Amino acid sequence: MDNNKHYDVIVIGGGITGAGVARDCAMRGLSVLLLERFDYTNGATGRNHGLLHSGARYAVTDRESATECIEENMILRKIARHCVEETDGLFITLPEDDLDYQKTFVEACHASGIRADIIDPAEARAIEPSVNPDLIGAVRVPDAAVDPFRLTVANVMDACLHGAESLTYHEVTGLIVNQNRVDGVKVRDHRTGEEKEFRASVTINAAGIWGMLIAQMAGVTVNMFPARGALLIFGHRVNQMVINRCRKPANADILVPDDTVCVIGTTSDRIPIETVDDMRVTDDEVRLLLAEGEKLAPSLATTRILRAYAGVRPLVAADNDPSGRSISRGIVCLDHETRDGLAGFITITGGKMMTYRLMAQITTDMACAKLGNNRPCETADIPLPGSEKPKSGNAQRSFAFNAAEGRHGTMTSKISMESDADKALVCECEGVSVGEIKYVVENQHVHNLLNLRRRSRVGMGTCQGKLCACRAAALLGRFNNNIPKAQEDLAEFLDERWKGMKPVAWGSTLREAQLTATVYQGLCGLDKAITRKEGSK
Amino acid sequence: MATTQLTSISDHNFEQCLKCSICTVYCPVAAVNPAYPGPKQAGPDGERYRLKDPKFFDEALKLCLNCKRCEVACPSDVRIGDLIQQARMKHTTHRPKLRDMMLANTDLVGSMATIVAPITNFSLGLKPVKVVMDAVMAIDKHRTFPAYSAQKFEAWYRKNAQAQQDKFAHHVSYFHGCYVNYNFPQLGKDLVTVMNAVGYGVHLLDKEKCCGVALIANGMYQQARKQGEVNMASMRKSINQMRRPIITTSSTCTFTMRDEYPELLGVNNDNVREHLSLATRFLFQLIDEGEVKLAFRPDFKMRVAYHTACHMQRMGWAIYSTELLRMIPGLELVELDQNCCGISGTYGFKKENYETSQAIGSILFADIEAAKPDYVSTDCETCKWQIEMSTGVKVLNPISILAQAIDVEATQKLNGVR
Repeated sequence: MDNNKHYDVIVIGGGITGAGVARDCAMRGLSVLLLERFDYTNGATGRNHGLLHSGARYAVTDRESATECIEENMILRKIARHCVEETDGLFITLPEDDLDYQKTFVEACHASGIRADIIDPAEARAIEPSVNPDLIGAVRVPDAAVDPFRLTVANVMDACLHGAESLTYHEVTGLIVNQNRVDGVKVRDHRTGEEKEFRASVTINAAGIWGMLIAQMAGVTVNMFPARGALLIFGHRVNQMVINRCRKPANADILVPDDTVCVIGTTSDRIPIETVDDMRVTDDEVRLLLAEGEKLAPSLATTRILRAYAGVRPLVAADNDPSGRSISRGIVCLDHETRDGLAGFITITGGKMMTYRLMAQITTDMACAKLGNNRPCETADIPLPGSEKPKSGNAQRSFAFNAAEGRHGTMTSKISMESDADKALVCECEGVSVGEIKYVVENQHVHNLLNLRRRSRVGMGTCQGKLCACRAAALLGRFNNNIPKAQEDLAEFLDERWKGMKPVAWGSTLREAQLTATVYQGLCGLDKAITRKEGSK
Repeated sequence: MATTQLTSISDHNFEQCLKCSICTVYCPVAAVNPAYPGPKQAGPDGERYRLKDPKFFDEALKLCLNCKRCEVACPSDVRIGDLIQQARMKHTTHRPKLRDMMLANTDLVGSMATIVAPITNFSLGLKPVKVVMDAVMAIDKHRTFPAYSAQKFEAWYRKNAQAQQDKFAHHVSYFHGCYVNYNFPQLGKDLVTVMNAVGYGVHLLDKEKCCGVALIANGMYQQARKQGEVNMASMRKSINQMRRPIITTSSTCTFTMRDEYPELLGVNNDNVREHLSLATRFLFQLIDEGEVKLAFRPDFKMRVAYHTACHMQRMGWAIYSTELLRMIPGLELVELDQNCCGISGTYGFKKENYETSQAIGSILFADIEAAKPDYVSTDCETCKWQIEMSTGVKVLNPISILAQAIDVEATQKLNGVR
């Protein structure tokens, strides 16, 4: 990469917002550099429900967000077909809830343009057998499931197809400011330790909650309120439709079927900005999620929990309210030139994963105005790579092909499944083949097992990496011709898996973790291999 | 944490799978047929995907023998075989072919065949007939159908045994199964001999239908369920009204009625299950508790290799048969290593499975040859056909061996039978 190259736009943050901005900018012909300090989706993007909101949840309290949601919902079904599963959702009223709220809710949905059909509790039980049978009311809405990892990577891939450059493990350590103008960024390459500088006409801060710190580097203030949410992943799909509570939004009242699992969440707690990198989930959070989750689907009480995780929403205080009491979930796009007299710098924050495309459009419009580019936005019409209309073909497909197609859509045709070696499964729980791993390593910025997991679901299944981690590490080691690094990577990956299991380590999940430890530490001597290596440094 | 979480459960315990893969190591099919994904993939792994979308159902699941060796191997009590069978029940789009219907309807076909048994046996053995069956019906030409008996067991029983049964102090009902009724009444006669000798009268059930194991294997679940209900009604009557427990001489029928009925077919067998036992187990327990005694002929000599049928192993009952055989002074017992014979009921009769079937059985066949026994003994009739066809060694049910080994009069005397 040419450090002296001058870009039109530098985008900071490889979450869904940054990826969406990079794609939009690149599609409008701008030269783009996307920078991510760790891996794509490392922040809030990779730590939410995976819910494609219909907007119904916000209809009563935030009409504007609700309207944005339903519009983007319909757009994403078209442009991100392979990332979305059209499940529909239920808003259920339980005996302890006020049934009158249902009427308010449905009216608000209709006013926001959201389909909301009241159905009989008996019908709700028939179409979603896992639902709490005691429900007294149900409304069917166009909620759906979306895979944030796929959605983000598809945006990055498309940005790159349109000429953008993208670097992961490049952390912004400072901004280059000259006479009230941001000229670019200083970065550290975490993989080599190298310090670099990149310059651009416009620098876009899309770093989520960390955007507050980026803004500080530029000497401007953006008031954010980190709101932490914890979630639980269950071992298999209990429900086929999204299940919500029909009441004012509260804790743990959404259960989403995501791929092979289902996810209950979230809690919501304000935390100080200093603690946003601490993602540990507490016992209290687990208890609360379980207690509330059982009310949506009673079988959750006896379903194995795979892991717990938490994310931090970047809520933003409205600019005209310095006290921060009026917090919006709406989109906040700040032109620091007009706001703070700092040219060449834009912050995009607030909003939701759901509205990333709209956020990207607003931001790109602002950047384009500064750069004198008047190409229209096309991101609402052109499908993401993998989401093109599938060629009809109903040949009997293999398990691994079907699993891969769910992840890569039409790009699955680029995955080699000819030889027995390529067809062999690396991850048995999630049906990930050697061919699929080759494909993501070659096309989707994979440097380690963590990246590989997010691109392919390796290690996301029931065994949480026990069977697949060593196979995948060996493959990566072979591709990179660096086996010692693969060993370290393997140890880190298993540690990361354990962190998610620890808060729910009982029953089968605990047995699973113990067997994993026995295999890797006892049988393979992994910790000894790592210690020996560190000792010889 | 809610305490319910500590004992989390799922259908057939599928989520208790720790992915240790021991089941795949013990799967006889996966070892010889790469087209079969193995029990872990076909069972708990596949189930997660089938819950997401039924399109993930794989027709290769029909290659499962339903031997349940995976379940025996599983340290986490995952009912892998049940999961696979249930997935087939739920998702398969293939309707049973004529051949499958004929193989599965052991009752109907058996009734028709026994009427014209000599002709049936003659023609089933003819080479041209076998070639036609191979080509048209896809029943493998290497297979020989078990010969049909000219007289059904039930007919023999009514004519020769029924009248004497009421005089005994104790009573059992006998679920003879299709094989004894149509193909091999001798085993039923042996059972009557042994039970009468220890003072038990043997009675038929009010109504007996095929247990349905072949119907399940061939996808005819509705019919299997119906037959199951008939059997359970007859057995309940036997247990509740006549105080007669039920014994059998087929491990597979027993396993099907005890475990597959509630787990797969949803046929309730409460209050029956614990009174339904294999004759060898029933006898062993009586002897063990000192209720009955056996006296043996001093001149009896036999070298026997015992083969544990898959469903026998699933029930964990092989020990009753082997311990019973060990009681016979002149009997030299070789316990064969636990390997599937490969036939699995109707599975091995199908042309497409012949090679898999024989490859699976090859380890067992070699063991039998090395053991040089006079007879092989097993509690399963389909293992018997497979072993006889593949090794040439004759196979006897332990009850038949017992019938030959005991001194009937001395045994009667020991048990106070007049």
